[in-house]
Amino acid sequence: MDTTNLTLEELQTRFTELKPPMSKNEARTEANRCLYCFDAPCIKACPTSIDVPTFIRKISTDNVLGSAKTILEANLMGATCSRVCPVEELCEGACVLNAENEKPIEIGRLQRYATDYLYERDIQPFDLAEKNGKKVAVIGAGPAGLTCAGELAKLGYDATVFEKNDLPGGLSTYGIVVMREPIRVALEEVEFVEKLGVEVKTNSEVGADISTDALLNDYDAVFIGAGMGKVPNLCIPGEDLEGVTEALSFIAETKLAEKEGLEQLRNLPIGKHVAVIGAGNTGIDAATIAKRLGAERVTIVYRRTDLEMPAYTFEYDFIKNERVEFRFLTQPIEILGENGKVVGLKCIRMELGEAGADGRRRPEPVEGSEWVLGCDHVIKAIGQEKLRGLHEAFGLETEKGYIKTDEQLRTSNSKIFAGGDCIRLEGEAMTVTAAEDGKIAARSIHQWLAEKEEGK
Amino acid sequence: MADLSINFAGVRSPNPFWLASAPPTNSAYQVNKAFEQGWGGAVWKTIGTPVLNVSSRYGGWEYNGNKLAAINNIELISDRPLAVNLREIAEVKKLWPDRAVVVSAMFESDPKVWADAVKRIEDTGADAIELNYGCPHGMSERGMGSAVGQVPEYCTMITEWVTSVANIPVIVKLTPNITDIKPPARAAVAGKADAISLINTINSVIGVDLDSFQLKPNVGGKGGHGGYAGPAVKPIALSMLSEVMQIDEFGGQTLPVSGMGGIQTWRDAAEFLLLGATSLQVCTAVMHYGFRIIEDLTDGLSNWLDEKGAASIKEVIGAAVPKYSAFNELNLSYKVVARIDEAKCINCNLCYIACDEGAHQCIDLTVDGAKINPSAYTGSAKPQPVVREDDCVGCNLCSLVCPVDGCISMVEVAPERSSVTWGEITQKLPEITTNWDEMKKYREKVGIDIH
Repeated sequence: MDTTNLTLEELQTRFTELKPPMSKNEARTEANRCLYCFDAPCIKACPTSIDVPTFIRKISTDNVLGSAKTILEANLMGATCSRVCPVEELCEGACVLNAENEKPIEIGRLQRYATDYLYERDIQPFDLAEKNGKKVAVIGAGPAGLTCAGELAKLGYDATVFEKNDLPGGLSTYGIVVMREPIRVALEEVEFVEKLGVEVKTNSEVGADISTDALLNDYDAVFIGAGMGKVPNLCIPGEDLEGVTEALSFIAETKLAEKEGLEQLRNLPIGKHVAVIGAGNTGIDAATIAKRLGAERVTIVYRRTDLEMPAYTFEYDFIKNERVEFRFLTQPIEILGENGKVVGLKCIRMELGEAGADGRRRPEPVEGSEWVLGCDHVIKAIGQEKLRGLHEAFGLETEKGYIKTDEQLRTSNSKIFAGGDCIRLEGEAMTVTAAEDGKIAARSIHQWLAEKEEGK
Repeated sequence: MADLSINFAGVRSPNPFWLASAPPTNSAYQVNKAFEQGWGGAVWKTIGTPVLNVSSRYGGWEYNGNKLAAINNIELISDRPLAVNLREIAEVKKLWPDRAVVVSAMFESDPKVWADAVKRIEDTGADAIELNYGCPHGMSERGMGSAVGQVPEYCTMITEWVTSVANIPVIVKLTPNITDIKPPARAAVAGKADAISLINTINSVIGVDLDSFQLKPNVGGKGGHGGYAGPAVKPIALSMLSEVMQIDEFGGQTLPVSGMGGIQTWRDAAEFLLLGATSLQVCTAVMHYGFRIIEDLTDGLSNWLDEKGAASIKEVIGAAVPKYSAFNELNLSYKVVARIDEAKCINCNLCYIACDEGAHQCIDLTVDGAKINPSAYTGSAKPQPVVREDDCVGCNLCSLVCPVDGCISMVEVAPERSSVTWGEITQKLPEITTNWDEMKKYREKVGIDIH
């Protein structure tokens, strides 16, 4: 595999943000197009219940600072959400104008306009309660953990976030592609939460750098927002050949490169013919990056059809324009190598049989239909393992590998709460649902500790 | 966080935003809802003599996608029984001791009737009375409303009947349907009013239906003039407020003024404050969107005060009043010219046609620096509008029509002669006001050239 060899100009064209920021005029015009509905459906469609009509109205009245505060009051991750939320399925999809066959209001871009405004001016708009002397430990500096810590800090708690990675932000930093969110945005979002008084400790792994016992002893409550594990193995021969990578680290490398400047993307290795295994949103993202880094041919291989694939419809529409190929009803069975390097992906054709326990029709191999997809780079995008270490270390009850929580997001240990992808047994694993979990947990922790205090 | 509280002639409210006397303040249900959401005060929909309303009461002016650029109404004062209103006012005031509860009143022009009304209003615990001298329809025909507001002597007389018996502050609400707002304002002062409020609604016919030929609103095939309000009237309200500020008692802030007329956003409110208003009344915006707008009104105003470094709203009240001048006090040698930023220009050419046909013909369309005639030009390059600064009179029109923020700026340039006002010139050289030859001589002398 070679490095990309793209010119800086090409990199700039391919890796600048897909949705550009709005100018003041554009934002004002679009904000004025909003009807300012009462009891609006967009508010209900937002998992964090951002008061959308009000924040938009404040853009139209030129109270942009107030607009940003309205957003961040409901969702401390408002800046990232404005860039990554599947708005077509959430707020914009619910906009009343859809019923009029009118284009829905560009809520996502308006939300970005307002949060950009606040971040550019380095303003912390919240009144913080007096410190109450209580301490909460948060594991994981992703959207769930940051939101929980931030909300508790606003209420006067001392919140410390333990992040095992080098950089904070979780998937906002490492997992969202450059064209949707430059790494700078995720890191500024962490800084914003730190301004609320939250302490974020990177390179601090619970279980290694600090023990679970220490957390339980030294803190009044613990919140786990540790996300999911790594991409699992395919368990097929050839998996350790040179040229096999997994999607999340592939994307993470592009984010880390971009942090030092777009020209760093030139140093990333990319195959000529790339095979991406898996057709979820991460698979689509990885395929997009691979194509834009200069791969001649990128093929997504998926064992079911486009009707079953988990990626959002708008992602699928998007990737078709990227000239990425799809091979549906295709299961990889072996990665072929020569001299230790990938030369092809041996696949077998599938057909859909009876529905399984989850209601989805089970793919079954068609005997004798093996074929080889020539490639020199394989990217695995087949989901993520559930974390096991933390759950076991704390002795928490799990269901199918996810931490079990009640409605208050409390785990089987009354001192430990959890949220985000690590509890997401049902429903979509989105940044916005993680943020809402962080809020709910913060409220629960606050209520529990306040009641304990009163009981004294 | 700036202090938004006000003391209006002894009436306190936590912020300057009051609901104006209108449909939104017709009932306790509504006023309670408004106070729950944060309004600082409410002026109850005018109580007084018995009335009957029609059906089809409001018309709207939809302008370029804005459903209510203006509204007009032929609804009358409150048609709920007087006893019901008085009882509800008392209930509301008991529930909300820290908010301003003002009662708007319009009774027959009889001092005994007024004396009785004042006593009954005061029994509710209300904070003040607002005398409605403004309804332009339905009441004026009966000698009330604007029939009073248009005759200063009546204004003084009725105001004095009320102030001589009232123990709470009396606010006189002025009608804009008048040639000069100052006489009725002075008349209110003469009647010992504690404050004034303005403007009430403006006489209007809001539209005609092009299919049915009916006036809007249409009541069984007939229409008439109604009271105009909403965003479109704000400049008229601001003008009358500025005029009233020229009266010592108001300009010197001895007697406060409650400003209203088209307030939709905190920016509108700030303009009224800067021109001297102490409290602000809102109606149309609430009728359009509901009471919830109070949050951005206070939040936006507060953020603006913070930005301006003002710790309290009092620091901005009247701050723009000293700038208000008569025409003949303006400096004739002050000069601005328009400048087009070619990098921002999107070549819509609206500035060109506005200047060429609507103003003073000093913008040229150019290609490679040379003027072209748009009806004759056949080249492919996009012509660039350029201002001929020597000829530009600085009228502002191009900068007003330009759709791109910051593309056309009006730039102050060094004056070509020393400062002088029309008042000064005409005192020294009265002949130039009647004689064109003398004017020509004067222009040549001082170097004024009009192309």
